[in-house]
Amino acid sequence: MEHCGKTWKFGDDINTDLIIPARYLNTSDPEELALHCMEDEDADFIKKISPGDIIVAGKHFGCGSSREHAPICIKAAGIACVIAKSYARIFFRNSFNIGLPIFEVEEVDRIQQGDELQIKSDEGLIINITRNEEYSTEPFPPFMQELIQCGGLMEMVKRQLDKK
Amino acid sequence: MGMTITEKILAVHAGKEKVYPGEFLSCKVDIALGNDITAPIAIAEFRKADVKKVFDPAKIALVPDHFTPNKDIASAENSKILREFAREHEISHYYEIGKVGIEHVLLPELGVVVPGDMVIGADSHTCTYGALGAFSTGVGSTDLAACMATGTVWIKVPETIKIVFQGKLGPWVSGKDLILFLIGQIGVDGARYNALEFTGPVIDALGMSDRFTIANMAIEAGAKNGIFIPDDITRNYVNNRAERLYDFYKSDPDAKYIEEFVYDVSDMEPQVAFPHLPENARPISKVGTVAIDQSVIGSCTNGRLEDFRQAAKVLKGNNVDSRVRLLIFPGTQQVYLDAMNEGLLEIFIRAGGVISPPTCGPCLGGHMGVLAKGERAIATTNRNFVGRMGHPESEVYLSNPAIAAASAVLGRIGSPDEL
Repeated sequence: MEHCGKTWKFGDDINTDLIIPARYLNTSDPEELALHCMEDEDADFIKKISPGDIIVAGKHFGCGSSREHAPICIKAAGIACVIAKSYARIFFRNSFNIGLPIFEVEEVDRIQQGDELQIKSDEGLIINITRNEEYSTEPFPPFMQELIQCGGLMEMVKRQLDKK
Repeated sequence: MGMTITEKILAVHAGKEKVYPGEFLSCKVDIALGNDITAPIAIAEFRKADVKKVFDPAKIALVPDHFTPNKDIASAENSKILREFAREHEISHYYEIGKVGIEHVLLPELGVVVPGDMVIGADSHTCTYGALGAFSTGVGSTDLAACMATGTVWIKVPETIKIVFQGKLGPWVSGKDLILFLIGQIGVDGARYNALEFTGPVIDALGMSDRFTIANMAIEAGAKNGIFIPDDITRNYVNNRAERLYDFYKSDPDAKYIEEFVYDVSDMEPQVAFPHLPENARPISKVGTVAIDQSVIGSCTNGRLEDFRQAAKVLKGNNVDSRVRLLIFPGTQQVYLDAMNEGLLEIFIRAGGVISPPTCGPCLGGHMGVLAKGERAIATTNRNFVGRMGHPESEVYLSNPAIAAASAVLGRIGSPDEL
């Protein structure tokens, strides 16, 4: 993916209860979930962001529950991608499976709130236009790349079943 | 080079002789699980992919336990999605109200999950079944949908961290304290992507209930799975329950571990995890004065008969402080019934507690015990994140059942020794 966007900065261990509180999990409608994205961390987040903005966070983003509602609400809120130092494993899987682009970047501490970033995922490159810096992102393992090329997990499953 | 129990179970389910950490596998799944929050998305994905049949109706479990008995119309609609899907596909492990319990207490109790299994669940606490010597991990809804269609899941083989608990547990110290202590030591991402293998003399002497509690919270250290080597205690637990044949695996003496932590826990006190992360564990003597509004005893972490026996031992003949609400949540109908037959429920009611049907409700601030702004609870649950039990400005402290019971009487967080 190639994308330019403005960043919203969060800390370490941002858990799924902060991303989408459980009190809203009686629905799985993406638009409805999006209204409460990050609500318990920043109650006005959804009012402040614009489509194409980027979430930047510290270590262990998305820890806690397995709720797929978390990446779903981030995506439906119009966030283009998430950049973090590391991810909790279920959130990582879920993001891939639903098609929310996520990147691991070691130098997230150098990125500030409101920085303008350019993402060139094919080159494994993130350019901080505001600070005139470049960061590299870890390439995904071949299996995960195949998953992306298939268009997500369910597309891969369909192909598997069609073969049978 | 030998293999760990985790690697062995993954290898068998991938049809391989040997597997290595970091390797991507496609594994056959013995049980795939979903609940009333996660399964509706999985079912929608399953239908969207136009899959006609589930891979095996006997290997899927649908457990409506989170917002049930349904708290509102939207939740009722979600439960209905599970019910109709279960009927349409003749899912044998679907549980209606009256039979349903908290998934991670219910499925082991019924022998639906057994040692040696490969289990995935669209619920992060699916790691609970590692207590049986099974590989068991949480996934999302789309993973569940894919598994319902194919019977397989993709897994990256984790490195294993070995945890050795030495010594002997003191009074009022339980499995909950061991896992809170460990998370306090290694942090909420201390085992991220890894398997946690629990061993040592303390573990060998530990009953199944405490082992379930420990495995349940492996995810709170970021682990992929938490696992125990099955032994006679495991065998005694599963013998009269197992629905299927089961296999005992153990780690080879020359298995490779990425790290090993050895703790002598003889002097360990009961632990309390302060807001807002499970890693904020402190010994009970270092808690200070923390007044509480609510005490919650139950959940997939501590909702088993042994947990309620501990609580009842503390509450017998005592009264809950007038400023505290004590909520008791049995994990299953069987636990409820056993607690009733043993006279535990009477002790709770006479002390001033209220008993709920089995549900996940209060643990995630769903229903049946939500906190108001500024309120504070002690809970035997597994997470104390911001807003976990209600208002974003409420607080949750995590402990074992004896501490939660004593705190209900004291009106502040404290030990049974103070009563």
